[in-house]
Amino acid sequence: MKFIDEYRDAQGARRFAKAIARITTRPWTLMEICGGQTHAIVKYGVDELLPPEITLLHGPGCPVCVTPVELIDKAIEIAGRRDVIFTSFGDMLRVPGTNGDLLAAKARGGDVRIVYSPLDAVEIARQNPNKEVVFFAVGFETTAPANAMAVYQAAQAGIRNFSILVSHVLVPPAIEAILSSPDNRVNGFLAAGHVCAVVGYEEYEPLAKRYGVPFVVTGFEPIDILQGVYMLVRQLEAGRAEVENQYARCVRREGNRHAQQLVSQIFQVVARKWRGIGEIPYSGLGLRDEYIAFDAEHRFGLTDYGVEESSLCLSGEVLRGVKKPTECPAFGLACTPEHPLGATMVSSEGACAAYYRYRRPIIESRPS
Amino acid sequence: MTDFTLACPIPITDYPQVLLGHGSGGRLMHHLIESLFAPAFSNPALDERGDGAVLQLGSGRIAMTTDSYVVRPLFFPGGDIGTLAVNGTVNDLAMCGARPLYLSAGFILEEGLPMETLWRVVLSMRQAADAAGVTVVTGDTKVVDRGKGDGIFINTAGIGVIEHDVRLGPASVRPGDVIILNGDLGRHGMAIMAAREGLTFESDIESDCAPLAAPVLALLDARVEVHCLRDLTRGGLASSLVEIATTSGLQIQVRESDIPVREDVRGACEILGLDPMYVANEGRFVAFVAPQDAGRALDILGPEAVAIGEVQEERSGLVTLQSAIGANRIVDMLSGEQLPRIC
Repeated sequence: MKFIDEYRDAQGARRFAKAIARITTRPWTLMEICGGQTHAIVKYGVDELLPPEITLLHGPGCPVCVTPVELIDKAIEIAGRRDVIFTSFGDMLRVPGTNGDLLAAKARGGDVRIVYSPLDAVEIARQNPNKEVVFFAVGFETTAPANAMAVYQAAQAGIRNFSILVSHVLVPPAIEAILSSPDNRVNGFLAAGHVCAVVGYEEYEPLAKRYGVPFVVTGFEPIDILQGVYMLVRQLEAGRAEVENQYARCVRREGNRHAQQLVSQIFQVVARKWRGIGEIPYSGLGLRDEYIAFDAEHRFGLTDYGVEESSLCLSGEVLRGVKKPTECPAFGLACTPEHPLGATMVSSEGACAAYYRYRRPIIESRPS
Repeated sequence: MTDFTLACPIPITDYPQVLLGHGSGGRLMHHLIESLFAPAFSNPALDERGDGAVLQLGSGRIAMTTDSYVVRPLFFPGGDIGTLAVNGTVNDLAMCGARPLYLSAGFILEEGLPMETLWRVVLSMRQAADAAGVTVVTGDTKVVDRGKGDGIFINTAGIGVIEHDVRLGPASVRPGDVIILNGDLGRHGMAIMAAREGLTFESDIESDCAPLAAPVLALLDARVEVHCLRDLTRGGLASSLVEIATTSGLQIQVRESDIPVREDVRGACEILGLDPMYVANEGRFVAFVAPQDAGRALDILGPEAVAIGEVQEERSGLVTLQSAIGANRIVDMLSGEQLPRIC
């Protein structure tokens, strides 16, 4: 397949792996931000091709993983209402809240539907004027433009039975939280290509300067990631801390201005709670006051829930790159994809789920 | 009489209700079978866990199987619920090494179903039965209230005769066996997904739905040493291989670059975030063949068939895959349905 196969070529991968080994003289700890990259790394075994000096840590970039439990609980409560059609991206359905997940809400009779685009949810609202149609608007800067477009279109068309349950989060504040933490181990970042396709990478430049840490905007195929690692190591070995762009086939420095404009027309920056990490100021998006009528929490009068997360689960440390999934005592034992204790075990993009799915002998050979 | 308690063996706290995932062919379904159905019905034929049961009847052996069909939409590119209801059951018999002979057909119809729809389905069942060389010899009809069904549900059971003295199944798999796949993966699942309401993407992908008895019998007639056969329906290639590795206790190694997936199927999977290794097929199977016969098996199965891997000496019960870039990783069974990813 064009634009895919070129980036999954075994010879090319070996060439980059050799080049990385050649320029690496010291241990470096690198973090990929995006869950899609974590998934590709573990699925293709990219990390196995790297020299032992390079450690890859998996960052907080899985939108499913960082959505707080209380928001899942709210989703389940809304989905249980008889007058509601609850729509969501597929992988949110299996994320456990305090009492079960959205799939269980569906089994109890809730009208829960998978959609591929929030615009499909607007269409469902148009076709079902007697129902309240709610879309679970999660994700990073990547999904924000489509969600903004859904609200914009619903507002333009006067569709009043549509609303979104918002849990949008932003990447740069999360990176800053990691960098400013006293237990930070990360020397350099692979920035998520798709996020940068929307917002560009100007925002990373002050971060690189302030913390002396290099960034490489990187794509999602194995060779993209290897090339991203190569570019990062080259900077680190030369003592540089700049923002470079490996994913130039998709990303421009300024990003997609139209998308940014639409997002800031509908959403405003707010504080958000991250599952496993806690509240980070200015780290998310919420609907602007003019669009509050489209906010499902507002529409259904849901107030904040106080929800405890499992104390056994180390997903917070995994998300901040302090621990690897296999360093968690619950990993693969008390915590599995069927019975996840934390969100990193739920989504296929979560670091724990990716390790469980592709690296299980590590668990089985571990002394109990 | 064996002890049988009426206490439900699946902890109610885990799953107080049946979820869709319990029918997905993944880990949840296996959990349901192993902890609820199997203990209730345990017997030597069932405990073999084949695609069908192999039974001694007089001096000969027969295979018997049953399957229910609940596909939506009823008609999709490359087939419909009728062709599936015949081929699915025929294929389960074929995987037992049997020559399929007789089918039953049970219809659960929803009140209000257009008669013409039923007629189209029945016609395609007849055509599929003719093509597969089976006859529908008994049947049943029930009608449920409008809203209590989904148009048509079909159950078919099938009986076939086993004419070869081979023991097929995970227990017969040996280290060194070559794993042969009879064609490209993922067309049925993606054709259904493209045709399903609400998921609007245009494609020319047609289901691979086809009867598999002829190629299987051709292998057995040529005395190819076949050790195990499995059709790759729900859960796809990955789930079937994991099942065989777990049951046989042996390690199975496959190569990603040798597994054929058509360009359009790969494209659709990429967009939806699905892995073709887990997508359903209705005309694909794997044969575990002794290494000395692998070449002959490939000749018999034709140009689309490929050797995708081998059974290893290690007794790990795992499936490993050499990825496109040459690294190794584990292939696991999914817990429930494969859900499209956010981004």
